[in-house]
Amino acid sequence: MSGSAVLILGAGSDMARALAHKYASAGHDIQLAARQVQRLAPDQADIALRHGVTVSLHEFDVLDLGAHPGFVQGLPSLPDIAICAVGLMGQQSESQTDMQKAALVMRSNFEGPACILGLLANAFEQRGHGVLVGIASVAGLRGRGSNYVYGASKAGFVAFLSGLRNRLARGPVHVLTVLPGFVNTKMTEGMALPQRLVAQPSDVAKAVFAATQKRRDVIYVKPVWRLIMAIICALPERVFKKTNL
Amino acid sequence: MSALSGWGQYPRVQAHLAQPRSPEALRALAQSGGTAIARGNGRAYGDSAINSACTIDLRAFNRMLQFCPDTGQLVAEAGVVLGDVIATFLPRGWFPYVTPGTKFVTLGGAVAADVHGKNHHKEGGFGTYVDWLDLLDHNGQVLRCSRSENPQLFQHTLGGMGLTGIIWRVALRLRPVSSGWIKQTRHVARDISHAMALFEQAQDATYSVAWIDCLQRGPAMGRALVMLGEHAAPAELPAHLRATPFALPKRRQFHMPITPPSWLLNTATVRAFNALYYWQGARGAGRALVDWDSYFYPLDAILGWNKIYGRRGFAQFQCVIPLAQAEAGLRALLAAIAAAGAGSFLAVLKRLGAQDSPLSFPMAGYTLALDFPVTAKTLALMQQLDAITCHHGGRIYLAKDSRMARDMFHQTEPRAAPFAQYRQATGAAGAWASAQSERLGL
Repeated sequence: MSGSAVLILGAGSDMARALAHKYASAGHDIQLAARQVQRLAPDQADIALRHGVTVSLHEFDVLDLGAHPGFVQGLPSLPDIAICAVGLMGQQSESQTDMQKAALVMRSNFEGPACILGLLANAFEQRGHGVLVGIASVAGLRGRGSNYVYGASKAGFVAFLSGLRNRLARGPVHVLTVLPGFVNTKMTEGMALPQRLVAQPSDVAKAVFAATQKRRDVIYVKPVWRLIMAIICALPERVFKKTNL
Repeated sequence: MSALSGWGQYPRVQAHLAQPRSPEALRALAQSGGTAIARGNGRAYGDSAINSACTIDLRAFNRMLQFCPDTGQLVAEAGVVLGDVIATFLPRGWFPYVTPGTKFVTLGGAVAADVHGKNHHKEGGFGTYVDWLDLLDHNGQVLRCSRSENPQLFQHTLGGMGLTGIIWRVALRLRPVSSGWIKQTRHVARDISHAMALFEQAQDATYSVAWIDCLQRGPAMGRALVMLGEHAAPAELPAHLRATPFALPKRRQFHMPITPPSWLLNTATVRAFNALYYWQGARGAGRALVDWDSYFYPLDAILGWNKIYGRRGFAQFQCVIPLAQAEAGLRALLAAIAAAGAGSFLAVLKRLGAQDSPLSFPMAGYTLALDFPVTAKTLALMQQLDAITCHHGGRIYLAKDSRMARDMFHQTEPRAAPFAQYRQATGAAGAWASAQSERLGL
């Protein structure tokens, strides 16, 4: 595996940065894709210097669906692993009043990521190997009043990944769904979160790396989240609708 | 707002911590108008890197940007931790010229405190190996500073405790090494004069440091283990290490699981520890081969060791006494410590070389460092130690200080007034301040 390339979509986030370092430390070349990708030049230098691998930068806008095929064509090589770490939390209060903003959240978390991974899946299938990783969210497992636009868009992504995995299960292409709980990133900065439930970006990277090696299907980063989500999902709707989670 | 403290967990100050991730966000903070201070990995012991209105966490700026294998020059952002430099470059045959006792410091912090290592007597301080740095000033400008470009600002930034601006990028020269091992020679010193004589005889040794038993009175006062070190060549390693001279033997890391009650640390336990350490060391005197991690960073193996002093936190006293008065000064300090019965597990003695800087700590002489749990008694003792230091022409290390009085600081530090004037003249005084600089009037 080492020496092969890993594509990271949405490479500007803290989680993406940690993932890039993790895979680079195992000897993989890294393709960083993001909007205004030149701002990642220091990261490009850093990853290359620390791990002695080749790191390339690629302009990529997940919302610009028309540009996706050209983006894939323009990569120095079709990657062996593609990780989609694109995400937009938005503000629930805005998402429920301003439908433009709601649509942006839904497109950023679902439409865009699903389309680019769909495209890469076909290319991987044609080539005969590849691993697709979607960073979804536990928020996608049940819609909550405090966060349901984000949650619904992640739910769509979770279903897409599940279906894609099902479609490709008999072939050589593998699909991994990652459901991180709270992660200490820019997205969660300033939120009062129970620290026991919060993972570091490096924990996510480690878990994803191990999961791609073992070809796992769905992972939670902190195991306690599996239990928490099992309980939340098991609540009858007439009870759940009265909760304040 | 959150409670911020340094490594000693004393004092704790309510402060606003900003965590910029982009150059734009960092620039905006630098120009915000009020005062601010940059903070790295929080390894200064006291309140050097705390400003209650605005403390700027530089840890997101932790990227290495360039390395030149011909000169050994590394260009990196200030938030890079020294341990990452070692992890990246030791396998390629490079090591920092100067390292403090922990590898968890950031490059920015090491520059700001102009830290020293066990080789200051021979090779100088951290700043000696800084070719240039990029400083972000309060106008949002990035100024390249070196010995030829903005030289005054450069000199005032090395050891300037972050009070000239935000150190953003550092060009640091690394030392070529051919293994990760240190040849250590351990000598037993009967008393303080003997320890000093051993240091003076070892002026050519690259590394020298002594652990000193600070609870001994009378003829054995200042008994010590003096440890000298040299980088080992692969040919000097045992056969099984020669093929992989940079590999580190697996070492376990421990977390301090709990904060022990402060009564656990008393004169009897410290005395027992010191006696044990001394006799064990004395028995094993002689030559040994030590891996770099154990040699330079023995305490890093116990993550969170600062909790051993209990919830009230601890303070480190570190002074330097000029050579001519060193023996008298050290004797007076040790006598005061032993009389107070307030010894510490870790008392360290080092010989420093000459250095001429606007505010850096080192001077030709001897530096003594010890930790005390913070109590009314030890705070009073440290004031007494300040006075002894002052009386012998010495000074206190700002990176360790958390409690010195302003008057004492100015008595020991004739360089403080010109430094403060420089800050006034350049406008830095209105933009950069720490709880420490305000306490001391810098």
